[in-house]
Amino acid sequence: MTSIEIRTLSRLGQRGAVFTTALPAIAENRPNIKLLTADLALLSGMSRFKAAHPEKLINIGIAEQNMIGIAAGLAMEGDCVFATTYASFIAVRSLEQVRQHLSHLKCNIKLIGSSAGVQAAKSGVSHWATEDIAFTRALPNLTVLSAADALEAVKLTEYAASTTDPVYIRLSGGLNCPVVYKEDFDFVPNKLKKLREGSDAVIIATGSMVVEALCAADILSGKGIEAAVYDMHTIKPLDKEGLSEIFGRYPLVVTAEEHQISGGMGSAVAEYKAGFRNAPPQIFIGFNDTFADAGSPAYVRRCCGLTAENIAERTSDGLHCI
Amino acid sequence: MIDCSSENAKRLAEMSRSIRLDAIDMALASGSNGSHLGGSLSCVEIMSVLYGEVLNIDSKQPEDPDRDRFIPSKNHCVLAHLPALAEAGFIPHEELLEFQKDGGRLTGYPMRKEIGLEYSGGSLGMALSVGIGMALKLRERGSRARVYILMGDGELNEGEVWEGIMAAAHYRLSNLTAIIDRNHLSYDGDTEDVMHLEPLADKFVSFGWHTVCCSGHDTADLLRAFSDRSDDAPQMVIADTVKGKGVSFMENLPEWHHHSITQKQYEQARAEIIGEAEI
Repeated sequence: MTSIEIRTLSRLGQRGAVFTTALPAIAENRPNIKLLTADLALLSGMSRFKAAHPEKLINIGIAEQNMIGIAAGLAMEGDCVFATTYASFIAVRSLEQVRQHLSHLKCNIKLIGSSAGVQAAKSGVSHWATEDIAFTRALPNLTVLSAADALEAVKLTEYAASTTDPVYIRLSGGLNCPVVYKEDFDFVPNKLKKLREGSDAVIIATGSMVVEALCAADILSGKGIEAAVYDMHTIKPLDKEGLSEIFGRYPLVVTAEEHQISGGMGSAVAEYKAGFRNAPPQIFIGFNDTFADAGSPAYVRRCCGLTAENIAERTSDGLHCI
Repeated sequence: MIDCSSENAKRLAEMSRSIRLDAIDMALASGSNGSHLGGSLSCVEIMSVLYGEVLNIDSKQPEDPDRDRFIPSKNHCVLAHLPALAEAGFIPHEELLEFQKDGGRLTGYPMRKEIGLEYSGGSLGMALSVGIGMALKLRERGSRARVYILMGDGELNEGEVWEGIMAAAHYRLSNLTAIIDRNHLSYDGDTEDVMHLEPLADKFVSFGWHTVCCSGHDTADLLRAFSDRSDDAPQMVIADTVKGKGVSFMENLPEWHHHSITQKQYEQARAEIIGEAEI
């Protein structure tokens, strides 16, 4: 993919990139691909998919639990099923169906949760997905992925289609998604992706917070602090090898996610870190056991400290305390 | 073609007696753990008619792509379902008593297609959706296989069931049959007191299902009901049943939903089941 194509993709946002670009291509030579939506075909930009593969798109109506069950029935009969709606509904409202069919029965289903975090901030807390990582990563057998930008969303979707494992893909951000990956790259599943060198601290971020972490590292660099930045696109299974190396190398770990701190990506890092003698301290950036007042996504993130400036400040403060 | 002859009905009534005897044997074997007797005894004839006649299945080819699929959504029918699978040759008869054994292959409602267990259910209201997915795929493949989902009436309180009822009619899944074991009792008592269901048949008709009512303990009537299908709508069979059917001291009593059975109770139940069949 050229850099111009990557910029075009980013204008579509993560969701647009997945449904207008990745999935129509994936379905091209795969008779067993299905795409299930809960009345969000138009919003998700599925018209191209529908035109190319009308028999592979099934609209279940606004019935997320039924959608997961139907996906399971199709998967048991040999389909590779992508099922999608807002992250808040697919990973929360239908959590028991996800547990039963993806986690317990390991059905070949790929959940795509869009507008994760507070992208749907103005629709109110009902539409926020700020606990979905906690819920999904608690489930055995389920792979949990989180895209940093539109190109990575495409890569994660392609990877999900290449395995028969059940997968949850968390898409964040809206249209005109900031570009993290300016050039095409080979996606390596289950491995932390290093985006910036540094030795004073490490910032591990996921989803929309990756671009904020990179900006935070720039701010810190201006103050003479060099922070490394990693993209944790695979939250489960955890890259234990990569983390072990990180714990031995950096004096301070900062984790950043558009999610509750409790049970999130940072918690996954901390759970693993707890087994290490002399492991570095950790600063958690995320929603701290709270819902903010509703407003624009940027407003909510700002209120809750999910910004480059706050990540930089907390990192800098943290280094002073060591 | 379903054989609706009276000879066949009689044969299936005999099979029902065997299944009931297996059910109480299994209940006794479960000891003080207890087991789901009431809701198993109510669907014995449904199971024998399905496994003895209606389902197009072969225990020698349990994963034949064109086999009929049967899923009990109400897994509280395990004491009738496993014996029916044994009757159909999927499980050795002697293994039935191990249905609660730690680590056993029949324990905890597992999914084991190789012995005819198509799905691991247990949480109410989920299996109809799964059946819809299966029916959609079978139709796409041009398979003649049908999908049968057995639900309890108490289970109809679950919202997902009605999402599925809507979707199956919307997609005109004529290869799908849902069966309601209408035994009128859930854990806390009469379904009409706990959460009103009637007029049940009218509800399914209004949602677009081809709906047939029958006696759930009359094998001839069940055969007639299963034969009465539509070619452009899913089929609903409402089988009117009695919870605990066949054992006088269990019939219509909610406490037998899940209960242990004493040796004395077992002997009386056995005598009644054998006696009933001789009448």
